[in-house]
Amino acid sequence: MEPIIEARGLTKRYGALTAVDNISFAVQPGEVFGFLGPNGAGKTTTMKMIQCVSPKTGGSLTVFGKDVDSNPREIKDLLGVLPQEANLDPEFTCIENLTTFARYFGIPPAEALSRAEELLTFVQLDEKRDVKIEKLSGGMKRRLLLARALINNPRLLVMDEPTIGLDPQGRHLIWEKLKSLQAAGNTIVLTTHYLEEAERLCNRLVIMDSGRILVEGSPEALVAEHVSNDIVETDHTPDVVSCLDRLGATYEVFGDMVQVYTDKPREVARQLFEECNPGKVFARRGSLEDVFLKLTGRKLRD
Amino acid sequence: MTEAGFFGPQISRRCWTVWRRNWEVFFKTYTVNFLPPVLEPVLYLLAIGYGLGSFVGEIDGIPYVEYIAPALLSISMMNSAFFECTYSSYVRMYYMKTFDAMIATPLSIDDVIAGELLWGATRSFIYTSVMLVVLIAFGVVDLPASLLVLPFSFFAGLLFACIAMCFTAITPSIDALNYPSFLFITPMFLFSGTFFPLTVLPELVQLLAVVLLPLTQLVQVTRSLTLTTLSPLFFYSLAWIAVATVFFFLLSTWLMRRRLIV
Repeated sequence: MEPIIEARGLTKRYGALTAVDNISFAVQPGEVFGFLGPNGAGKTTTMKMIQCVSPKTGGSLTVFGKDVDSNPREIKDLLGVLPQEANLDPEFTCIENLTTFARYFGIPPAEALSRAEELLTFVQLDEKRDVKIEKLSGGMKRRLLLARALINNPRLLVMDEPTIGLDPQGRHLIWEKLKSLQAAGNTIVLTTHYLEEAERLCNRLVIMDSGRILVEGSPEALVAEHVSNDIVETDHTPDVVSCLDRLGATYEVFGDMVQVYTDKPREVARQLFEECNPGKVFARRGSLEDVFLKLTGRKLRD
Repeated sequence: MTEAGFFGPQISRRCWTVWRRNWEVFFKTYTVNFLPPVLEPVLYLLAIGYGLGSFVGEIDGIPYVEYIAPALLSISMMNSAFFECTYSSYVRMYYMKTFDAMIATPLSIDDVIAGELLWGATRSFIYTSVMLVVLIAFGVVDLPASLLVLPFSFFAGLLFACIAMCFTAITPSIDALNYPSFLFITPMFLFSGTFFPLTVLPELVQLLAVVLLPLTQLVQVTRSLTLTTLSPLFFYSLAWIAVATVFFFLLSTWLMRRRLIV
């Protein structure tokens, strides 16, 4: 099948800064594809190039098989965009926001109105139909943005931090909606800082840092490949470290904590207790967060 | 997307949907919006036209109040379009992120700017229409020639909208828009043959006003219409406006692309 998005050697430079550095990826129809990475990794810049609002500096990028440089209008017509920043129109009510947006797509008024009503129901904002944007909570704004992104029945959804700043209830509601959109055959590309979100939603993802793609794969495959299915955490003491060295374990030290990567967590925990004199021992499943931190380091980014 | 050069703004008919958005917002708050064009001419006519006019008497054989009536119309065209496409457009662009939302649809940035400019021109048309009704009621403009001021106000507004959008495209902040307001608009308000004839100024200043100042052109055309006397500069001013509008339209869309397409 022809990929929905295909990037080869995609590059974006702002003066001396290379925000996206020669990346290649392909998003297949019907999948949820995630871009993960610390701040400044180039995720948002990549989204903007896919949305045809920021011109690329080098490489090739096609969306729906069309070149982004020569067909921005055709591509944008089939695209639904959920921006990171809530840019709803504060002069209008919820329903007016949707119908005004529909007009930018050239959707006839009657059709726009019925679709807007449907979408308000879909994001559970029926009751806020005639309420101005300033009266909405953060979660409601996010849901309205989602409804707005769907007004043109897009074939591809591009979402930059879809659940940023939401409470757990709001986040779960958005996840549920995204799952139902995927089930209906939509392709979704998203960026996120929330590793749990990526793990739940993404079929495949890439982890980016400094404009480059570090790894690509399904969340499970990445966990299995780069950390392990299970992790045993214990206190970082000289005893523990020399003991683990003696046992030949694979481990990493993070501050006052040691993480042991293993497929046999019970056995490792038992060995630790019996031979290493640890303080606390804690076994858990390996997660995408472990992969992320291992690959991108723990240094703070801005 | 490719970056279009100076002469290549990519504009489609969809730009009218941007215009329509502003139109709808305008009529949501129409009571506030219609106050200035009704009140302003009344105040100016009473204070300056009749008050000051009683000392001035006539200029070139024309009662002072009739002399300044077309100036009031011209100033209104200038102000309504200029302030719409500076402060208001800047608020939409920078604070409300309306432009960002719009270009995520099939609209190009050129469509968005064109829609804003057409709206600035429309606002000039709306204000001028309301004001003209007041001036007709006072009996200080000729009929029917003055009705031609209505179509003219759209194009005059478009010129000032385009000039304004150039400032909006390069301003570092909303406060910096005060510079063109005070250094460009206010002096023009006074020295474009508005409240006294240019002929009282030194010749060099007269020449500069006629060659450089856009408001001078508006006043020339509007005064010819409201007094039904063809000024010698009527066609010169019309041509000046046409050429300048095309130039500033291309300049403003080009500057906006440079600002927003990164």
